[in-house]
Amino acid sequence: MKKNLLIALVAITIGAIVYFYYFYARPAGSRSRLASPAEHALAPDFSLPNLSGGELDLSTYRGKVVLLDFWATWCVPCREEIPHFVDLQNQYRDQGLQIIGVSMDDSPEPALVFYKTLKMNYPVVMGNAKIGELYGGVLGLPIAFVIGRDGRIYAKHVGATSIPVFEKAILPLLQSH
Amino acid sequence: MIRTTMLHNILLALVLVLLTVVAFAQASLIPSTRLINPEDLVKTLQSSKAEKPLMIQVGSHVLYSQAHIPGSEYIGPASSDAAVQQLRKRVESVPRNKFILIYCGCCPWGHCPNVKPADDALHAMGFTSIKVLYIANNFGADWVDKGYPVAKGD
Repeated sequence: MKKNLLIALVAITIGAIVYFYYFYARPAGSRSRLASPAEHALAPDFSLPNLSGGELDLSTYRGKVVLLDFWATWCVPCREEIPHFVDLQNQYRDQGLQIIGVSMDDSPEPALVFYKTLKMNYPVVMGNAKIGELYGGVLGLPIAFVIGRDGRIYAKHVGATSIPVFEKAILPLLQSH
Repeated sequence: MIRTTMLHNILLALVLVLLTVVAFAQASLIPSTRLINPEDLVKTLQSSKAEKPLMIQVGSHVLYSQAHIPGSEYIGPASSDAAVQQLRKRVESVPRNKFILIYCGCCPWGHCPNVKPADDALHAMGFTSIKVLYIANNFGADWVDKGYPVAKGD
């Protein structure tokens, strides 16, 4: 009986690993490249409600490398990325990385729950259709933009993206001043 | 005897692995006979002869506002009980043989938390002609970027 239970638990664990690898850990089809500033548009500025209170203006982060992450609490791959973003923020904060989350939830309440539960260490603002349109249409999640110190967009990642892919985009920008 | 027991255990483990993978993939549990591709839906909408469906977006309002299928209604993310209640209320007086199309497009098909609860709710109410729009990646990539008809706003 105990042996069968153990087999069942192992099998379920393997099944879960297979599922999460297939749906979450596969490399994303997104692109990441560093090219000349002339090729990259300025990231649209915005002023949006900050979950921590007040408003957050993107322009105040000029001079930092910004990872702008569009997510929502109902988006499973988005939620999977967040703990990794927390680690990324800790790792590169002193070098000038600033992650900003843009919640595309219909209301702030669920986002606030996640913010506290996942101990998000970067600001999260409440997005809307207007900012989605400003950024070319956020019509699926997650979508993340990597913005250089000059305020220009250097990469856009659509879908769940592994941290090494983000680092590949971020590190050269952190090293350039 | 030992070999038989081992084989039995291996088979049991394989079945459990398969069931676990399937259990996690919510949207993927919708039978393919109830799915419709974007291309086929566009043909249906453009056809003068085909029955036009009652179209309901069961995802996020922010996504709906940016772009939605013209003529589709917004009901709320069907992963929430409130939205499912709203869906039931909306279709309460609709004939049970009415062609209904539900869609989301929030995220890749296997991750969508909204279409299956909506599909289940409609089936439980006795609707017999339901189609779920199969959106492999997201609404942007699989509908808007393909140049299919789009409306914005509420």
